Amino acid sequence: MKAILALSDGTVFEGEQFGATGETVGEVVFNTSMTGYQEVLTDPSYKGQIITMTYPLIGNYGCNEADIESIGPQVEGFVVREYSAYYSNWRSKWSLDAYLAEHSVIGIQGIDTRALTRRLRVHGVMNGCLSTEDLNPESLVAKAKAWHGLVGWDLVQRVTCPNPYAWQHEENNDIHSKYRVVALDFGIKYNILRQLTKHGCEVQVVPAKTTAEEILAAEPDGVFLSNGPGDPMPVGYAIETIQGLMGNKPLFGICLGHQLLGLALGGKTFKLKFGHRGANQPVKHFETDRVEITSQNHGFCVDIDSLPNSVDITHINLNDDTLEGIQHREYPIFSVQYHPEASPGPHDASYLFSRFTEMMDGENGR
Amino acid sequence: MPKRTDIDKILIIGSGAIIIGQACEFDYSGTQACKALKEEGYEITLVNSNPATIMTDPDFADQTYIEPITADTVELVIDKERPQALLPTLGGQTALNVSVELAESGVLDKYGVELIGAKLPAIQKAEDRALFKEAMVKIGLEVPQSGIAHSAQEALDLVQEIGFPAIIRPAFTLGGTGGGIAYNIEEYEKMVVAGLALSPISELLIEESVIGWKEFELEVMRDGADNVVIICSIENVDPMGVHTGDSITVAPIQTLTDKEYQLMRNSAIKIIREIGVDTGGSNIQFAVDPKTGKQVIIEMNPRVSRSSALASKATGFPIAKIAAKLAVGYNLDEIPNDITAETPACFEPTIDYVVVKIPRWAFEKFQGTDETLTTQMKSVGEAMAIGRTFKEALQKGLRSLETGWFGLDNHPLDELPLSELPSKLSIPNVKRIFYIKAALARGMSIEEIHAYTHIDPFFLYNLKEIVDFEDTLSEPDARQHVSQHLQDPISQNGETDKILTKSLLQQAKRFGFSDRQLGDIYDVSEAVVREGRESLGIEATFKTVDTCAAEFEAETPYYYSTCSSEDEVRPSNKSKIMILGGGPNRIGQGIEFDYCCVHAALALKNDGYETIMVNSNPETVSTDYDTSDRLYFEPLTCEDVLNIYHKEKPSGVIVQFGGQTPLNLAIALKDAGVPIIGTSPEDIARSEDRKLFKAVLDEIGLMQAPNGTATSSEEAAPIAAALGYPVIVRPSYVLGGRAMQIVYDEELLHDYMHSAVQASPEHPVLIDKYLEEAIEVDVDAISDGNRTVIGGIMEHIEEAGIHSGDSDCVLPPYTLVDEQIENLKIFTYALAKALRVRGLMNVQYAIKNDEIYVLEVNPRASRTIPFVSKAIGVPLAKLAARVMAGKTLAELGFTREIEPAYFSVKAPVFPFNRFPGSNTRLGPEMKSTGEVMGIDTDFPRAFAKAQKACGYTLPQGGSVFISVRNKDKRAIIFIAKKLTDMGFELIATHGTAKVLLRNGMKSELVFSIGKGRPTIHDYIKNHAVDLIINTPTGDLHRTNELLIREMAITHDIPIFSTIPGAAAAVHAIDALQRGDITVTPLQDYFQMLQ
Repeated sequence: MKAILALSDGTVFEGEQFGATGETVGEVVFNTSMTGYQEVLTDPSYKGQIITMTYPLIGNYGCNEADIESIGPQVEGFVVREYSAYYSNWRSKWSLDAYLAEHSVIGIQGIDTRALTRRLRVHGVMNGCLSTEDLNPESLVAKAKAWHGLVGWDLVQRVTCPNPYAWQHEENNDIHSKYRVVALDFGIKYNILRQLTKHGCEVQVVPAKTTAEEILAAEPDGVFLSNGPGDPMPVGYAIETIQGLMGNKPLFGICLGHQLLGLALGGKTFKLKFGHRGANQPVKHFETDRVEITSQNHGFCVDIDSLPNSVDITHINLNDDTLEGIQHREYPIFSVQYHPEASPGPHDASYLFSRFTEMMDGENGR
Repeated sequence: MPKRTDIDKILIIGSGAIIIGQACEFDYSGTQACKALKEEGYEITLVNSNPATIMTDPDFADQTYIEPITADTVELVIDKERPQALLPTLGGQTALNVSVELAESGVLDKYGVELIGAKLPAIQKAEDRALFKEAMVKIGLEVPQSGIAHSAQEALDLVQEIGFPAIIRPAFTLGGTGGGIAYNIEEYEKMVVAGLALSPISELLIEESVIGWKEFELEVMRDGADNVVIICSIENVDPMGVHTGDSITVAPIQTLTDKEYQLMRNSAIKIIREIGVDTGGSNIQFAVDPKTGKQVIIEMNPRVSRSSALASKATGFPIAKIAAKLAVGYNLDEIPNDITAETPACFEPTIDYVVVKIPRWAFEKFQGTDETLTTQMKSVGEAMAIGRTFKEALQKGLRSLETGWFGLDNHPLDELPLSELPSKLSIPNVKRIFYIKAALARGMSIEEIHAYTHIDPFFLYNLKEIVDFEDTLSEPDARQHVSQHLQDPISQNGETDKILTKSLLQQAKRFGFSDRQLGDIYDVSEAVVREGRESLGIEATFKTVDTCAAEFEAETPYYYSTCSSEDEVRPSNKSKIMILGGGPNRIGQGIEFDYCCVHAALALKNDGYETIMVNSNPETVSTDYDTSDRLYFEPLTCEDVLNIYHKEKPSGVIVQFGGQTPLNLAIALKDAGVPIIGTSPEDIARSEDRKLFKAVLDEIGLMQAPNGTATSSEEAAPIAAALGYPVIVRPSYVLGGRAMQIVYDEELLHDYMHSAVQASPEHPVLIDKYLEEAIEVDVDAISDGNRTVIGGIMEHIEEAGIHSGDSDCVLPPYTLVDEQIENLKIFTYALAKALRVRGLMNVQYAIKNDEIYVLEVNPRASRTIPFVSKAIGVPLAKLAARVMAGKTLAELGFTREIEPAYFSVKAPVFPFNRFPGSNTRLGPEMKSTGEVMGIDTDFPRAFAKAQKACGYTLPQGGSVFISVRNKDKRAIIFIAKKLTDMGFELIATHGTAKVLLRNGMKSELVFSIGKGRPTIHDYIKNHAVDLIINTPTGDLHRTNELLIREMAITHDIPIFSTIPGAAAAVHAIDALQRGDITVTPLQDYFQMLQ
């Protein structure tokens, strides 16, 4: 079946549908990871976005139960150069087509994804409309233009858990939990929870609107600020919560959690032209002077110059010198813009989870 | 860390002659290293015996030693140059081994030379099986189990631990003969007994079999700050059991989930840290059980490799260049990524295309050997192709091979009986991919093919898509519409035909089908398909290789074609020249031609042209994005070249530097309107067409050996009879003497005519009278259309009849007199004039009874151009490129011949140890894979150096076995006398011994084979002979001589099969005995020419 992706600048790509049928709008972004499409699809941070993978062959190893990062696919649409109908891997359970169809995600294949990526790089990310129903290019462009876009939209509400829950270990049931951690769910990835568990944390996941008082009442050893989708600015309630926690509990933030922390500290955020989405972003860690190859997925960024003197810059992106990590000088608080939990991507930065537990040790011992 | 300032002079060792498993990729890496380190201000001393390399051009190092890469010679260089550091990781296994030897023997300590990049313990840990295994276990990684056995009992004990199937590898057998896989104890016992008997040191390596597991490679880099990055991941389409050099491989990995890939990545990082490679690149191989995902480590190369060259070309990340910079202290984040300019080299390239590498083999030259692909590499070259789908890249790769396939087509296999398919699928072989196609076309399921081949079903599915789409293209309806359109592409009617044809052809292009394949399907010519699809707007688009999947803008114009909606190439308005490369290496066409292409690019760039390189060989310097202004990594077929031509519209295209590959396209390109510069394709054709060439010779009054032309077996016999046997037969238009043979009688001629017609169906067979015992001479010359200057006259040591690529030769001539040399020059000038040569020309002459015969003329770059250029200190290829672009030799200042006051010897290197069972006799068909150069002030020393560089160290004492044919008995007397005077003991067969005795020389008598014991075989096996002189009778039925040759090769004993060769060896031994062998850099020799 024919499918069309139209961009708000009037560019139209015609291709073949796979996965679900229908129509969707979202911000069109590209991800440069060569592996890990299932993790990308199920990462709640992509809510509101239509993703194109720059690697041209997608679907090769199918989909499985181990590579899921949330309850299911989160993306608004999926754009690839060539979808592989045949999948081959000992772990695979479903074809990507079946997986997307079941979760009502529209896929389009057979388009020049490099041309699309170049357009997004040069002109910045833009809104798009992907449809298998309306095949009129003008009408689709109009729909893309009419869409409100991500800025100022609180997408966290679309992905956070409705009620608190205790994270169940999927494996390693014998891990002895030493720390009690509350994770504020702005769209948390399972692999963060797996990593926390692996590092000895018993994790209580709470909805994004949980207040500081409610969290402190639970007397956790530390609070984790999760990743999540979209613009941090409209998530004011979370900023308030973080401000209420600062200085009271060790805090560790990733991605959106890092941005919200930045705002809570009085900093500002801005939207990147085309974001960082991929598994090869070099990040310099000033403390060790080493470079970590990191997994990233963000369209917004904390402005380095806006940060107060109370924080140190710990990590920086070598590609464009943007902020990647901070640490508070007084309080046990640190955060990174990138994804140390990987999945997909390199495991170079998994030490950060140990840093969090060390911080909790420090606090407990005090 | 900034670069080190405590060292200022660095020694770099190259990899020597091109051999199987070690080819131009190490010139690419070495050249990059030299450039990178010179750029940083270091003084570079280089040792490499291979004259055809770019790295040995005098401007790439400060002191360039074209000397044997052996520990004693390199020590001489160290003594003379006193470098503070040695970079051992860029010259392949050769450089690594010599470096280890120098380190272990204390030479490096003695002279205070520091190993940079990888230290001795790291190299040892990676190279020594036991140490490596221990290291892997230490960091919690698995390796296949293995052990060494010296007896049947030890072998039985081992297999208890290892289990079945088990792999048995006898140590040091020719081509790994005697090895195999045992699936049960009975088979195992048999193989152990046989293997122990075959191994000269009675040693077996027993290994756990992971045959059929998926095979992967990671290219890893580490810097001094312990940053580790993965540059490229590679998946082998052919699973474990086939050497990665013989496998079709794909980058990046296709069938691992991110979790599996990250596990592999983590292992790779652990390994490079544990092994302790300080800085630089390493290649790590993994096997993965497809059923469980279990990963085991196969091996690690603590140096750049063939795969890293591939990875560099596949990603645009120059591994060797960066490795060199890391070795002198930089960290990855301090080095910019050349391609993006704005981002650092400390990252992991991500690619948005698929890269397929396909090996090219030369089994046709080694008939009689087992053609099964095994864990020992046998391919002689490779092509790489880039596409946006696996299907596109694979089909582009197949046509890049230039082996008569234009994609995944099927003509060569149509006749295969169904019953043979299972064995063709399960036993890895050169054509397996086509057998898979045949199986798919006959309806065999992917599961069944997977069961036979163990190739991942993902790849098989992609092949099936190609096969299925070919069926779609061939359906009657499709056929009718497409044919309608192709017949009348500009017709205003037939909208349906157009729409349908457009969608079909577009899809075909996305699947990588060539116009030629489509033409075959629709029974029309390639040109008709081209016209038809262009009228529909289906044209190739070009995309950039940029290391970052378009995340950043690319500064470097490195392109590949694909069928897509956007073209990224923005041609400039500059004056530009396009250079067509030589494609995959093969015997007869390799690094020498790439050298010429690189020179053309460098020279023309310097003259202000924009240079455009087209090539498909990932090993080469020409496909370095730094070499030319624009690089197109594309197959060298008419279609692909025309696509680029139409895009770039260069003012000239050079076809005479890339060997036969571009020459074969010359006429078609010219017909399509492409401006070929240099000697015209018509004049080139005049030199290749027997009748036209005879007219040229007659006009200027030169002689040829008596000859004739036959188009059938019937025609051949009377021609040969009239000429008189022996005759030399060959197909026209071939390189490397493909299918060229000396034929001694009518029966052999008849046999030959059947195979020859297959070798080149469109061209007749040429029959020449064989000029026995003539001196063969090669002449390279350059002409600007008016003036011709001789570059070099090379006298072959062996007589005419052995392919010039397989002969030792000397420059300047060592036995020719002035008058002969003068005549050769005059003849060459006349030929250049008659053929209107603009550029390079090579002429082969034979001198018999003081008469000079012309054997052949090639108005193009020859294999000897780099050798001659190094010998005379003039870059002939550069001059030729500039001449082609319009300069005169006078303008270029090259008007006078140069006769060096020193001698340069070129010697070939053969791959026989890879092809047990094949004929090792030398003849008109070229079999060598590479060559070395020896330079010294006199001929014997230069010859000795060349021999040493080939790996044959001439003995300075010991025993010589002499057995010569009757007509050589006189000539051998003085040689034998000289040997006894030098203190050698003689061993001879009956006839020769008697002649020697009559001339006052005693020898130890051995029996001719089959006539009693001991024979020379026993002596060879007992290491009781150090040199062999055995001239063959020319009788093909005499297999004894072949056996001797084969055994000599296995046991690394120098063997000479001609009297002139033996004489040269004896002089060389004399020189060695006198001692005082010295080393001198090329730069000093060139000073002497001033």
